[in-house]
Amino acid sequence: MTATFGTQLRGMKGKRERWRDLSPMRRREALYGLAFVSPWIIGLLLFSLFPFVASFVMSFTRYDVINPPVWIGLANYQEIFSGDSLFLKSLLNTAYYVVGSVAIRIVLAFSLAMLLNSKVRFLGVWRTLFYIPSTVPIVAISMVWIYILNARYGLLNWFLSLLGQGRIRWLSSPAYAMNGLLVMSTTWVGVTMIIFLAGLQNIPEEYYDAARIDGASWLQRLRRVTLPLITPTIFLNVLINIISAFQVFNQVFIMTQGGPRDATRTYMLHLYNHAFEFLPPQMGYASALAWILFIILFVFTAIVVMTSDRWVFYND
Amino acid sequence: MATVSERGALQEPMVQVRKPPQFYIGRALLYALLIACSLWFIAPLIWMLMTSFMPLSQVGVFPPEWIPRVWQPENYTEALRFWNFGVTFRNTMIITIFSLAGSLISSTIVAYGFARFRFPFRDVLFLILLATLMLPFAVRLIPVYIVYNEIGWVNTFYPLVVPEWFGNAFFIFLGRQFFRGIQQDFLDSAKIDGASELRIFTQIMVPLAKPAIVVMAILSVQNSWNEFLGPLIYLKDENLHTLAIGLYKFTSLPGQGGMQHQQMAATVMMVIPVLAVFFLFQKQFIQGANLSGIKG
Repeated sequence: MTATFGTQLRGMKGKRERWRDLSPMRRREALYGLAFVSPWIIGLLLFSLFPFVASFVMSFTRYDVINPPVWIGLANYQEIFSGDSLFLKSLLNTAYYVVGSVAIRIVLAFSLAMLLNSKVRFLGVWRTLFYIPSTVPIVAISMVWIYILNARYGLLNWFLSLLGQGRIRWLSSPAYAMNGLLVMSTTWVGVTMIIFLAGLQNIPEEYYDAARIDGASWLQRLRRVTLPLITPTIFLNVLINIISAFQVFNQVFIMTQGGPRDATRTYMLHLYNHAFEFLPPQMGYASALAWILFIILFVFTAIVVMTSDRWVFYND
Repeated sequence: MATVSERGALQEPMVQVRKPPQFYIGRALLYALLIACSLWFIAPLIWMLMTSFMPLSQVGVFPPEWIPRVWQPENYTEALRFWNFGVTFRNTMIITIFSLAGSLISSTIVAYGFARFRFPFRDVLFLILLATLMLPFAVRLIPVYIVYNEIGWVNTFYPLVVPEWFGNAFFIFLGRQFFRGIQQDFLDSAKIDGASELRIFTQIMVPLAKPAIVVMAILSVQNSWNEFLGPLIYLKDENLHTLAIGLYKFTSLPGQGGMQHQQMAATVMMVIPVLAVFFLFQKQFIQGANLSGIKG
């Protein structure tokens, strides 16, 4: 997908066609094309562009849905950066979750894909077993994991006790609650794994054969052949996982409601509380929070995309 | 395979070399790892299923027990007394079906437009389409909610269904890749026969794009079934709750605290349809995941 993005961007330079230069036949074609894509253009204006601009404007207002919005300038932003202790707390919690879950999930998904790519028998069966939890609705997963992470009788503590580890209060202690959610996030790496597997299967076998003839060890083949060639896939997966991890909400809302002592209060939960749980609702404030999130994500994406020239190798 | 007799080795020009013992140790380790990983992914689901049949006295014991001492299917009927499964199921189906129809029809049309016609700003528009895939939903959430609130769409299914009729960006991307891969020859002969663009699209291209459309359909159903935040915000009325919301509310019902066996029964009821669809359309599920990573 990101490769498409790059190709598009490169291909656009220098070929601009003006309407009046088009032949009647090409005009007909253009009209057909526009007619076909018009549903999406309308949708873009209604459901993306309008809300995008509107939330920016709203972030400078106080708005409780019942009374008309009041322009208050930068007051929301001042409040967020100076008066809202939960803003920083939730941002740090989210950052912790993003770093932890992206790192764990990328390494895990890549390792699983490597396992599956090593000419195993019953590939389809293993792949299915690894993929199943990724199809289960997050509400259902959360319901099950509330009990799995239970300190007294949960499966996870039972499993750890077999390894000689004492009980951990996963969801009830501020120190471990977020880690509990990180452990849980390892169970739905299916999509990331499949994308990695497809990437690995695209690497020509001859490269490995050549490396083997040169006497390269397994580790050297991994470092010198696999990793460089799989960088576009890593890039895509890191990007997808960062964007979704930044907006983590459902499991936190269902399992902990941000507790204990705000240890799992994530950015989206904080935003949700201001918009949909506070009375009166603080839509302007929540919009300001949304825009700060957007800018953070935009900067992150830009960094990943811009540094990608240095570490992503496109073989095309 | 590795035990080739002396004579066999002599007869065949290619000698089957006996693999070194490290190979078998490696393979054994590999399969041990695969089994361990499978357990990690599957154990929670097996535990959920087993707990859903257990008597209350058996839940919350340590070490956890896996096999119900007494099989209690009545956990399910008990759970259904608390949870109006029928209504939430019906609501989820309504949303799923109308979103499915909308996103398939609109995304296929738009994808074809991007793939087959040249028009000014086409590439810029497609770039914007890809960019919207990365736009965080938080930025859209609030203004869209306010508009729906103004026009009286809160407590209706419209906010969850109507946007799907304007094309799903990811499905459009998928469909475009697919349409671009279809041979042009078909079209030329159809055009010579005087078929209109609309006929070419509906009678030639759509049937050809069936594999891509099936992948879209599965992803769409999965989205609707799993969606949580949307229904949470828009469907306040209990009669409009979806399965996801119903299951979430189930724990907070009076008398449900600690009723773990019934909660697991309710969870199983929500998961079974998804798993059934997964096993029926496994290939397409994997393809769908695959396509999100394709180089195009």
